[in-house]
Amino acid sequence: MVQAEDYGRYETAWCPGCGNFALLEAVKEGLARADLAPHQVLFVSGIGQAAKAPHYLNANVFNGLHGRSLPAATGARLANAELKILVQSGDGCNYGEGGNHLLAAIRRNVDVTMLVHNNLVYGLTKGQASPTSESGFATKAQPHGPTAEPFNPLAAAVAMGASFVARGFVGEGEHLAELIKQAVGWRGFSLVDILQPCVSFNKLNTHAWFKKRCYKLSEDYDPTVREAALEKAYEWGDRIPLGVIYRREREAFENKFPATAAGPLGVQPVDSEAFARILEKYY
Amino acid sequence: MSERELNILVGGEAGQGLATIGPLLAKCLVRSGYQVVVTQSYESRIRGGHNTFAVRAGVEEVAAPREAVDVLVALNEETATLHRGELTPRGVVVAEEAFAAGGENVVAVPYKELAAGRYRNVASLGVVTCLLGLPEDLVRQVVEGYFGKKGKAVEENRAALAAAYAWTKDLDPSLARPLAPVTDPPRRLTLNGNQAIALGAVSAGAKFCAFYPMTPSTSVPLTLIAHAEELGLVVEQAEDEIAAINMALGASYAGAPALVATSGGGFALMVEGVSLAGMTETPLVVVVAQRPGPATGLPTRTEQADLEFVLRAGHGEFPRALYAPGTVEECFHLTRRAFETTQRYQTPAFVLTDQFLADSFRAVEPFDAEGLEAVGAFAEPEAVAEPYERFAVTADGVSPRLLPGFSRHLVVADSDEHTEDGHLTEDLTARTRQVEKRRRKEEGLRREVIPPTYEGEPRPEILFVSWGSSRGAVAEAAAELASAGTATATLHFAQVWPLVPEQFLGHLEGAQRVIAVEGNASGQFARLLRAEAGVDVASRVSRYDGLPLTPEYVLRALES
Repeated sequence: MVQAEDYGRYETAWCPGCGNFALLEAVKEGLARADLAPHQVLFVSGIGQAAKAPHYLNANVFNGLHGRSLPAATGARLANAELKILVQSGDGCNYGEGGNHLLAAIRRNVDVTMLVHNNLVYGLTKGQASPTSESGFATKAQPHGPTAEPFNPLAAAVAMGASFVARGFVGEGEHLAELIKQAVGWRGFSLVDILQPCVSFNKLNTHAWFKKRCYKLSEDYDPTVREAALEKAYEWGDRIPLGVIYRREREAFENKFPATAAGPLGVQPVDSEAFARILEKYY
Repeated sequence: MSERELNILVGGEAGQGLATIGPLLAKCLVRSGYQVVVTQSYESRIRGGHNTFAVRAGVEEVAAPREAVDVLVALNEETATLHRGELTPRGVVVAEEAFAAGGENVVAVPYKELAAGRYRNVASLGVVTCLLGLPEDLVRQVVEGYFGKKGKAVEENRAALAAAYAWTKDLDPSLARPLAPVTDPPRRLTLNGNQAIALGAVSAGAKFCAFYPMTPSTSVPLTLIAHAEELGLVVEQAEDEIAAINMALGASYAGAPALVATSGGGFALMVEGVSLAGMTETPLVVVVAQRPGPATGLPTRTEQADLEFVLRAGHGEFPRALYAPGTVEECFHLTRRAFETTQRYQTPAFVLTDQFLADSFRAVEPFDAEGLEAVGAFAEPEAVAEPYERFAVTADGVSPRLLPGFSRHLVVADSDEHTEDGHLTEDLTARTRQVEKRRRKEEGLRREVIPPTYEGEPRPEILFVSWGSSRGAVAEAAAELASAGTATATLHFAQVWPLVPEQFLGHLEGAQRVIAVEGNASGQFARLLRAEAGVDVASRVSRYDGLPLTPEYVLRALES
């Protein structure tokens, strides 16, 4: 059995008290519970404090551009469907810069797990509003609060019929590890929005603020009913639900490409006979 | 009397069948053993407007488009009006009788009598091929190869063709323009530049392409898609060009030899991804099919004005190679070469083509399909030093590359500056070592540069310098000057980066007058020669009206 310790423990560049620490531990625990060894896993990340997370564990890593993790993960998945791929980045990277790719990934149903560190603020660039920042959240860049309404990633994902939509909270580490285990075990696109405080730049949505509001969905909540899921996805304010909000069986994206059935593309030979046949078509 | 060479111009509105008749005419000529150069000129619209498809066909080699027209096939009245002035003195006009003006050398075709509406394309093809002396059997085979051999349409097409041949054979023989027959025509392919790029890519083992449609690049992925199942390729239309290049990089990191194809504006969106390829040392072939800019420019026309853009694209410093095919054969071979280069040196390689070459059908000798080997250059997991470091500092700058998931070794790549194991770092010594490691790959790239081709007199009065698709026009202009008694030579670059001055300085210094010919307004390649080789090319021929360079254009520019 794989142990969380197999994923190692490294020094980080994060602030003391950052929500990322608990999140990182939950990721390791979730992968270990799914019995995935480090070399079987590929993390694709973007830019931001969250996107550094894969550097602090043992795994394959493609740490690409800001906002572009999903396309890179999509390409990697098509090239090698034997890899277990996780996208890991923050709310700015995934919901702002890379918003178009999120819509496309949900539509495609790419078999990757997207872990969004959602602290409702930009940390790396020091405290500007993020796509999920609440109205009235004043920053140096938005002295009167964000000029746009916050993005609701769960409602958007449910409305688009995403295959697996969940929310975790770093203050509920055991629950979060279990959610991650379920997400990586799910066949299709899985979104796990993870609430966390930013101790340096978000003085509104603090650990205590989340702790007071977050509650776990009860055992008898049925995540397969879209209307109910949408209602849960909109629940925000006094009470914030945690757990699998919505689930829907869908055909995996790579099944639409017959070439992927032969195994990883990188080790497939050139079919000289097929090439010769194709040349004939141009005669 | 038969002709050694003819220039046939077919013109009409978009939607009138030009896209069908044109390629079929080209294929009929190639199957009959002639060399062809096709020039397609079209407007950015699906219906209406004025489009042309010109086929220059010759018994001997033809290398460039020509401006004078021997046979003008007017599918609408506007074509006849617009192009009458381009006809040679013996030039023939083929037009529907309703708008065919009188006069000599006019073939007024009663299409309504020859075929019903949708089969008139084949009838007009038949009239032209009959005038050119091509056998009806051969044309019918080509038509059936295109439309299929079954169904009602086959009979209708066959009847339209027969009617066209019967009607045309009854014409006054002085209207016919038969090409001298080629006995035992060689078996050649009819391919345009973009098809050849796609075939070159798959011959090298390309397995992944992501794209966002953009003229004139789209036929590269469309050709790949047509053969994807048979060859085991994955081709995906991305949500935008940024996604396309990042998908290709993800696929390449995971092992699939990958390409993207786009044009200027789409490439502008890809530029950050190019830099990522340089930093993560991820192999990638980028095909840029140029069209006139800035911005949307002339979307369906041609230009060679993105050389400097592609050469400098991407922030920071990293090595690259740029290939610029001058013929359809070169589209194939240089794309293969680009794959070999990018895999060997783990840095991006570019193929710089343009609308003219992308759409230009030619007669192409079949490529060798024997024993094609994939270019993927991966290390053996058992052979790498422990612990595995993806960016190990090496003498030639190339680090052993493993694929993620194939062994217990972990493959870590980062767009941040990184240590040898791929993890992000702020260690400035590690930074310096990685910069120098990446740069050392340039030495290998320079050793493998394809030298420019020099042809003609050793110490000429005039030396033409060209790159990319203007090759044929320059070669023919030089040949005309030479036959008129001027000592002439040409220096053509199929690889435009890196430049190795020792390969060509002697040629430039040995000429009395050096003239750079290129399809842009500011002389980008001439400027590059000055920067890299310290040579000032004083004379330039520039074309930037959206049309391809022709021998006539080059010679006119010399006179003025």
